[in-house]
Amino acid sequence: MDGKLDWLAAGLPTEGSNAQLPRAGTVARRDVPTCRMDELLGPVRERVREAGWDACVVVNDERVVFGLLREAQLERDGDESIERVMRPGPSTFRPHVPIAEMAAFMVTHDLPSSPITTSDGRLVGLLRREDAVHAAHELHAGKEQTP
Amino acid sequence: MPNEIHHRREVQALMDRGAQIVEVLPREQFEEDHLPGAIHLPLRKIEAEARKALDGDRPIVVYCWDSA
Repeated sequence: MDGKLDWLAAGLPTEGSNAQLPRAGTVARRDVPTCRMDELLGPVRERVREAGWDACVVVNDERVVFGLLREAQLERDGDESIERVMRPGPSTFRPHVPIAEMAAFMVTHDLPSSPITTSDGRLVGLLRREDAVHAAHELHAGKEQTP
Repeated sequence: MPNEIHHRREVQALMDRGAQIVEVLPREQFEEDHLPGAIHLPLRKIEAEARKALDGDRPIVVYCWDSA
């Protein structure tokens, strides 16, 4: 197989000292709304708002990520197609990336959210910056309390 | 006969059939993360210790960091 890297990147379970530490895949929200490219923005926006979200991941039938809708895209004309308004090919990250690394990257690059995908591009969830920063702080605080 | 496994689903299927999973990376990397139930046999020791540590009648999956 493609080795341990591929296993980790698929978000599959592992054992070892890092296994219980929060990573991108464990902190990512798996209930993020999704839509397809051939939908219209209006109904998608309604669905996203009803679910209490301000973002939506554009996927195909195999949940492979094609794009992302953040607040700015969701506010566009409801008659436009998702394909037209989405941010295509967003930067994605693998589930095994340590959460502190993700938090630092998202803050440095001013990323409000990032899709977390397996190595074959399938959506695991959406990692929100505030969730990543919070989890990284909790981890840091826990380490400081350990004698 | 040794076979090259290309997909993690094949590994999972072999694990379900009781395969022995062997990581050949250095101890530090093994201790941080390894596949569930994996045995640690560093590459330098694998020839000398494999017969003693592994059951030759069951499938054995050997892995390192990536496919390179």
